[in-house]
Amino acid sequence: MAETKQFFYLNRKAPYGTIYAWESLEVVLIGAAFDQDVSLAFVEDGVYQLTKNQDTTGIGMKNFSPTYAALGDYDIKKVYVEQESLTERGLTLDDLQHLTWEDEDEDWAEKDSITVVSRAEMAALMDAADVVFSF
Amino acid sequence: MPIEVNGKSLEVDEEGYLANINDWEPGVADVMSKEDDLTLTDEHWDIINYLREYYEEYQIAPAVRVLTKAVGKKFGKDKGNSKYLYGLFPYGPAKQACRYAGLPKPTGCV
Amino acid sequence: MPTLHTVNKSPFEKTALAACLAHATAGSAVLLFEDGIYGALRGSAVADTVAAALQSVKVFALEPDVRARGFAPDRLIEGIEIVADYAGFVDLATEYSKVQAWL
Repeated sequence: MAETKQFFYLNRKAPYGTIYAWESLEVVLIGAAFDQDVSLAFVEDGVYQLTKNQDTTGIGMKNFSPTYAALGDYDIKKVYVEQESLTERGLTLDDLQHLTWEDEDEDWAEKDSITVVSRAEMAALMDAADVVFSF
Repeated sequence: MPIEVNGKSLEVDEEGYLANINDWEPGVADVMSKEDDLTLTDEHWDIINYLREYYEEYQIAPAVRVLTKAVGKKFGKDKGNSKYLYGLFPYGPAKQACRYAGLPKPTGCV
Repeated sequence: MPTLHTVNKSPFEKTALAACLAHATAGSAVLLFEDGIYGALRGSAVADTVAAALQSVKVFALEPDVRARGFAPDRLIEGIEIVADYAGFVDLATEYSKVQAWL
């Protein structure tokens, strides 16, 4: 059994202007098959990926925002959002989807996945990770 | 090669998955399972319908691990294991059941 | 004759919006679309710059791109006009002597 590594996915791009956000999400979902310790981080324009009420009917692209709500099913419980990035964009936590995971050991109790952290805390999380995947 | 379902000709990809998810109707699963010499029971339909609901909500087909856990929660602990699911879908629950359900091949499916 | 400027990049990732606003002369117009719509939202770090520009230029935002990104028109900076769809984009383009894209 290989030792567990801390995988850190760094998301810095807005969702539809480029393919990075969707690619990152696919890699995260595939990577979740390997029992690793996974964290997702959203900084700069990456915070836009998590906005709620996305409706792509007018632009003819697949709306992949509902897929973020599946992350909990994939045992991804650590989603970090940078406070400074939200503030700079005039956003608050209320503008983002409410992501949760269910704790099987506590009768499927719903727990919050998103933690808002400061830029300094985000930097420390990056430093602590074994591998950083950048999107 | 398109498949014939209730008089309609539906496009599929080279691995037999429906080209257009909106083409799906229950007859698709009937036709596909007949080709595999499999008779669909209520237990099969539980899984097929669950996969469709999952896709509708999250826009992805769940990984086997996720499906197994969800089935255990929804249909009882005794069913939440790969033995049960492989018993129903011998070609692999994710691949075969997703195909019957009209979903794309699951992401990262091996 | 006035120009219609278009910006389709996020103001937090590229300098296109800042450069566009710095060069757009009075009477011209700026259309924000795709990731450019992030520059049209209230309360952001660039909102004051955009609000100031509204004194001399018209600013439009393409609604399908605003909604795709999770926002409703009521989140836009006051004074920004909404363009309902891509056909509206084309109509707008014909009202100006030329279109200048800031990539």
